[in-house]
Amino acid sequence: MKLARFTFRKATAAILTIFIILSVNFVIFRMAPGDPVRMMFKDPRVSAKQLELQREKFGLDKPLGGQFLAYLNQLAHGDLGISFWQKRPVTEVIAQRIPNTLILVLTALAMSTILGIILGALAGWVSGTKLDTFILSASITLYSIPAFAMGIILLLVFSYYISVFPLGGIVTPASGYTGFAYIGDVLWHMCLPAFSIILWYIGEYVILTRSSMLDVLGQDYITTARAKGIKESRVLRKHALRNALLPVITLTGINVGFAVAGVIEAETVFSWPGVGKLIYDAVSKRDYPLLQGVFLVFAVSVVLANLIIDLIYGFVDPRIRVGTQ
Amino acid sequence: MTTFWEKFKDFLVTLLGNGMGRIGLILIGLIIIAALLAPFLGTVNPQKAGKAADILLAPSAQHWLGTDDLGRDVWSQVIFGSRISMTIGLVTALLTVVSGTLIGLIAGFYGGMVEEVLVRVVDFFMMLPVLPLMIILAAVLGPSLWNIIFVISVISWPTTARVVRSQVLSVKERPYVEASRCIGAGNVKLMLGEILPNVVPLMFAQAVLMITEAIYSEAVLSFLGLGDVTRISWGCMLHFAFESGVMATTPWWIGPPIGCIIMVIVGFSLLGTAISDVLNPGYREMKGI
Repeated sequence: MKLARFTFRKATAAILTIFIILSVNFVIFRMAPGDPVRMMFKDPRVSAKQLELQREKFGLDKPLGGQFLAYLNQLAHGDLGISFWQKRPVTEVIAQRIPNTLILVLTALAMSTILGIILGALAGWVSGTKLDTFILSASITLYSIPAFAMGIILLLVFSYYISVFPLGGIVTPASGYTGFAYIGDVLWHMCLPAFSIILWYIGEYVILTRSSMLDVLGQDYITTARAKGIKESRVLRKHALRNALLPVITLTGINVGFAVAGVIEAETVFSWPGVGKLIYDAVSKRDYPLLQGVFLVFAVSVVLANLIIDLIYGFVDPRIRVGTQ
Repeated sequence: MTTFWEKFKDFLVTLLGNGMGRIGLILIGLIIIAALLAPFLGTVNPQKAGKAADILLAPSAQHWLGTDDLGRDVWSQVIFGSRISMTIGLVTALLTVVSGTLIGLIAGFYGGMVEEVLVRVVDFFMMLPVLPLMIILAAVLGPSLWNIIFVISVISWPTTARVVRSQVLSVKERPYVEASRCIGAGNVKLMLGEILPNVVPLMFAQAVLMITEAIYSEAVLSFLGLGDVTRISWGCMLHFAFESGVMATTPWWIGPPIGCIIMVIVGFSLLGTAISDVLNPGYREMKGI
């Protein structure tokens, strides 16, 4: 019963958030200075009457409330408007890019979580030693280097100066690869962009796991386990790490929104044809419908990811269900 | 007042005793010196474009760090860029910490509806992908230094408000607040006189965090082409170099801004970590201070 109520409350909150995001998205683009129709038809020879007709066509002559309802109605039909730049439906443009972004994000996040937890647990376990200081300061430093700066450094070093990795993109152009050769080529292109996200993102996990590990190591049950004569490696794995991981997992959810930044930066530097690169193109082409669409996709997917992670925790750890009441 | 200054001096000494704090302060110090002394460091007008013969020159006695694709002096751009970073960092930190503290203080002190609304707003902001939101706001408002400061501030104040609120919640239950109320102190006097002083260390830590985040955000937004082109920041330089397509052959153009961005953000991150270590009571006990 409690689980059902928890699920219901979280889902309602997520729906409400998405609704607010829709409204914010609507309002921000209405705030834009200038006349959208004038921007589409920059030619001074377009007559006032034609502009009026265009305004009518796009529903811009209606009051804002009516425009908002029309906007919601369009969204419900999966219609995000037409991209100024690509002259194609925004939904189509974005949908094409989503798989590319997903491969990159999931790989980078999985790798940084796993490596970060291992390094953080190690640093916590040997806290106070030189190794610990090294891991901690390296993490803080890497974490402070923006993913695009790291990306440019990696690109210059490993693609221009020592040509071991491709310069960008997702496949070798006109290579005609199929099957495993194609997958291998994509993975090859993904190395540097994924690496620049991992290096930036791993620090957070190291720092968190380490401090959580330090908390746990001070607990009585660790002393008890050691007193019982259990091997150190077993105390680390079974007693300490397991409990130290809980707060780390909780933070993964909060961080999804944050990780989007790394994806946008890495995709831009390495011309990775994903949704993040699309937001960059939309900005440089001043393509507002596309920009609005990409923002919506990012915001909604982050809210949904948060919801899913929240529900999983609520299911796994009963304390969370009680704690949020 | 003397006690406050003594406390501050004590804090500074502890901070300098911390390795990370020392390195952080040195890095930030270098940037502040560059920002303050910019006109005296052998610079020319960083916006001044050169003739065709001045384009993409390698470093020389005349152009210490060479020139960019419009013949502008890279050394001058790098030095003047420090002013933009520091301005954005300090102004944004001031705006967000003052507004965040005020809102957090009121929400934590009064509770009820105000608190409920604040918690909801903060939760909402925590859930949003921050960078895309900044990108659309900056794109719609147009590229200018003050718009960037506005955009970063609007999105960053809830963090401070949340931290301050939870501190206020624990402070307002303390006996001396109760005592002050008993001798007739009003709400405003309680908030400013009794509770605020206990929030000050936290505000300090938040300010450093906000400076870091603001400088980082400006660098990313400018790199993505949303920066103020009339005031060339390090992020803008990277944008121009990246877009020019010749960055691989002009390391003097792309290297310095990357180095500076890393230096300033690492500096503030180290300082921030050191400050939270020092403010954390456990740290002093551990070091036996």
